[in-house]
Amino acid sequence: MTELAMIPPGLVLIAAGLLLPLFNAQIRAAIIVVAPLIALALVWNMPDGPVLTMNWLGYELTPVTGDNLSRMFGTVFAIMALIGGIFALNQARVVELASAFVYAGSAIGVVFAGDLITVFIFWELMAIGSTLVIMSNGDEAFGPGMRYAVIHFFGGVVLMAGIAGEIATTGSIAFQPMQTDSVFRWLILFGFVINTGAPPLHPWLPDAYPKSSWSGMVFLSAFTTKTAVYTLIRGFPGAEVLIWVGLFMIFYGLIYALNENDTRRKLAYSIINQVGFMVCAVGIGNEIALNGAAAHAFVHIIYKALLLMSAGSVLYMTGISKFTQLGGLFRSMPMTTICCIIGALSISAAPFTSGFPAKSLIANGAAEAHMTLVWFLLTGAVAGVYIVAIKLPWFIFFQKDSGLRPAEPPLSMRLAMYAASALCIGFGIFPGALYSMLPVATDYNPYTGGHLVSQFQLLLAGTIVFFALLKWLKRTETISLDVDWFWRGFGKLLAREFDVRTGIAWQGLASNVSNMVQRFVKTIYKHHGPEGMLARTWPTGLMAFWTTVLLAATLILAYV
Amino acid sequence: MISHHLPVLIVLVPLFGALLSALTSRGSVSWGIALIAMVTTLAATIGLLSEVLHDGVISYEIGGWAPPIGIEYRVDLANALVILIVSTIAAVIMPYARVSVAKEIVEDQQAWFYTMYQLCVAGLIGIAVTGDAFNAFVFLEVSSLATYTMIALGQSRRSLLSAYQYLIMGTIGATFYIIGVGLLLTITGTLNFVDLAARIAVTPYDRAMLTALAFITVGIGLKLALFPLHVWLPNAYAKAPSTGTALLASTATKVAVYLLIRMYFSVFGIDNIIGDFPVLELLLVLSIAAMFFASFVAVFERNVKRLLAYSSVAQVGYMILGLSMATSTALTGTLVHLANHALMKGAAFLAIGAVAYQLGSVSLEKMKGIGRVMPVTMGCFVVAGLSLIGVPGTVGFISKYYLVVAAFEKGWWWLAFMIVASSLIAVFYVGRVVEVAWFSEPDKKTSELKEAPLSLLLPTVVLAAACVFFGVDASLTAGLAEAAAKALFGGSL
Repeated sequence: MTELAMIPPGLVLIAAGLLLPLFNAQIRAAIIVVAPLIALALVWNMPDGPVLTMNWLGYELTPVTGDNLSRMFGTVFAIMALIGGIFALNQARVVELASAFVYAGSAIGVVFAGDLITVFIFWELMAIGSTLVIMSNGDEAFGPGMRYAVIHFFGGVVLMAGIAGEIATTGSIAFQPMQTDSVFRWLILFGFVINTGAPPLHPWLPDAYPKSSWSGMVFLSAFTTKTAVYTLIRGFPGAEVLIWVGLFMIFYGLIYALNENDTRRKLAYSIINQVGFMVCAVGIGNEIALNGAAAHAFVHIIYKALLLMSAGSVLYMTGISKFTQLGGLFRSMPMTTICCIIGALSISAAPFTSGFPAKSLIANGAAEAHMTLVWFLLTGAVAGVYIVAIKLPWFIFFQKDSGLRPAEPPLSMRLAMYAASALCIGFGIFPGALYSMLPVATDYNPYTGGHLVSQFQLLLAGTIVFFALLKWLKRTETISLDVDWFWRGFGKLLAREFDVRTGIAWQGLASNVSNMVQRFVKTIYKHHGPEGMLARTWPTGLMAFWTTVLLAATLILAYV
Repeated sequence: MISHHLPVLIVLVPLFGALLSALTSRGSVSWGIALIAMVTTLAATIGLLSEVLHDGVISYEIGGWAPPIGIEYRVDLANALVILIVSTIAAVIMPYARVSVAKEIVEDQQAWFYTMYQLCVAGLIGIAVTGDAFNAFVFLEVSSLATYTMIALGQSRRSLLSAYQYLIMGTIGATFYIIGVGLLLTITGTLNFVDLAARIAVTPYDRAMLTALAFITVGIGLKLALFPLHVWLPNAYAKAPSTGTALLASTATKVAVYLLIRMYFSVFGIDNIIGDFPVLELLLVLSIAAMFFASFVAVFERNVKRLLAYSSVAQVGYMILGLSMATSTALTGTLVHLANHALMKGAAFLAIGAVAYQLGSVSLEKMKGIGRVMPVTMGCFVVAGLSLIGVPGTVGFISKYYLVVAAFEKGWWWLAFMIVASSLIAVFYVGRVVEVAWFSEPDKKTSELKEAPLSLLLPTVVLAAACVFFGVDASLTAGLAEAAAKALFGGSL
């Protein structure tokens, strides 16, 4: 098996993605199923330590190296490529699937990269792949896709500057834990953090993700932010700034998710919220918390995909993604409803779903590090997440009857949701399977009496709050400001102001840049376009004239 | 015994091949002769290269007349590399030529095409191998005249006009060159490179010498399509038969760049030029202009052959940029880009030639979805395109890496930035073709097409594979280039 492991698993998916456009639907379907399985097999057979090294321009690159952490992320990325690919089988736009596979393969490339140069190369490939996934959803997605690309290539430049400086100052290209003790390392950290969706550079996430297609967002939610979390775990464990960045993301994402009327936009804010937990855990930085970050990333990818797939199924069948226009769909989409509830329970860390064993680790990490404030905030946030999460199935599938009676989505989409649901429940009931993959071995047992009771209390309280406040929660759909006094108490006003401001600045910047680019292209076209001076066929005499001019110029310059 | 005569054989074999081809009337017989001649030339070149690597510089006296009276052929690492490029490309294209030429050129002119093809190769190798300024002029004319004819053999009615324009411009260039050489002769009384260098070193600089340098720079600049003297090139490349375009694009400009390097480094002496002439600054400005302006034109070009031709002008910019920086690393970049660009442009033009063969057109509008029906061909084009951009893992990256490093060594950060920025323009012009070819739905006519025949595919795939191979393991190309650059700076000739 060692020889098999010589093939970088990421390359399998990238190659599969590049091959997809060449084939017809049947062969495509086969590739979509087989390629992630091959990648998964390669990931599982990856031994510890450098597997592949190559000498390139004087640098000893380690494109593939394995350890528990890499294998864990590699596993979930390969699983997601499979589930997402099956869910997207009905997607008519081949470009989306092809770029999604390149995107997934590059993400796997990052997690197995042993040096900073390889990390950077796959990092940029991811940016390209994900941009194409967004843009493939037609003209409406072009603008957001462009903004998405700009911010990610900016992040790439920052990262490259940091990496170049790091290599120049330390002389080492290895990707190892770093202290934040030099400008270059701060740049690297900043480059990584941009991809987690941390404010104030977050607008790319809620701006671009919901504009992707019903299947595209499933891929997008899985790879970019979680690869960033991986690089933080690998590169900056225990960097204290991350605790506060993470907490900010948690509450920022929470408040916005609560107020959002678009199902998928809400889930986009929820990604920021969830990734906040992971970033915070990396900042805490002890073994349990790092385990928790990895475990949370793992399960989050699956249940967030599950939620997005159920929202995507509704969008696919009805064309609607607004809470206000949905409701009562459980009558005709019972299976989708069940899947959505499983996802919502998992994200709320309900016992016997996958979120429970993962989030327990993070809070425990804070307790272990004696960070009381952090522990309280994290535990409170879990309750908040539950209120946000329960909103999704409630308003889509229950609540009022919208009169819509869409059928269940096609078989392939259902299968993908069932698979994700099974994983959510499976890891909840058998946390040992999850823990066995962790970077550091642990004998932690989340299912203790006290822990179960406190978690149920939290969820019960959340349920009561949810239904007690249902009236206000509904009112927020009308985007009226007068009755949202309740949330102002949580600093909503501040947050909204902040968001409006960054939103305006963002739009202004983007439109300015795009105007400038348009003017620039016009000018260039005037001279360089097919009819322009520089592209026309010149008369022979004119060519000869320029030859003489150049001769004269050379001579004059020589005599001056 | 034969190995002793290799320097002259690499010129004589294609020359006699051309003669034999001219005597035949059938295209296929003529092709057979050309194939044998090209393969023999390649074998001789490899023999010659191994001799140079083993024994160092080889000097061969034509007819036993000792230089500086007689003509000397002189092979060192720099021209061994260039000769290797020319003979390799010329040989690799040959299997491609038969099918493509049979389709694009009428039967009774095919023999002439192969004649001209071999004459052109003989001329190009002659320029590279000779150690004599006037002899270089003769070979320059041999290759140019053959090229004019080759272009005129193209299908389009405008081929003739393009050939005529190139003839006028090429002749002006050659005339400038010979005026420069004539001036040098009056100053020093010799034509042999080594002898010239020795005498120039002890001659005080005067205006005649400056004028000679100016004429030679502009004359060769025209042959290598230095911006803004490039205007003949897009039409010439676009109108020539596909096989001819691939040969010209891969070899002709490279040999001219080599001749300029030889003149600057081995005849005038780069230290003298840096000290007394502002010509390097001029070349720097013009090469940067080429990198940007020509690339922008390529972005908007709708005819893919012309698009690639403008890209060539931009790529020549990179070569001259390396020369004008005048450091050992930069010159390595230039020399390795000679080889790398030959590979990538060869692959790109062969792929487009295959499209022309199947589709009958190379305009972007008609190539919608062509990648779906001709995946191998357009796959090779993508690889070549990635090389043009300079994506890591392809040859284009190796060249640009050396150039960027050279810019850093000189402390010219802005130049490093410009090299990278201009590469980004290539993303656009390559991207346009890729988008049309792969991501558009094939129209009715396109979807009925099939993949190109094997004889067209094989040479294309070989060159595209070489783009990747030498991009990952550059020890042969970059190693040769580095050694050659060091030798040129050592002033050894």
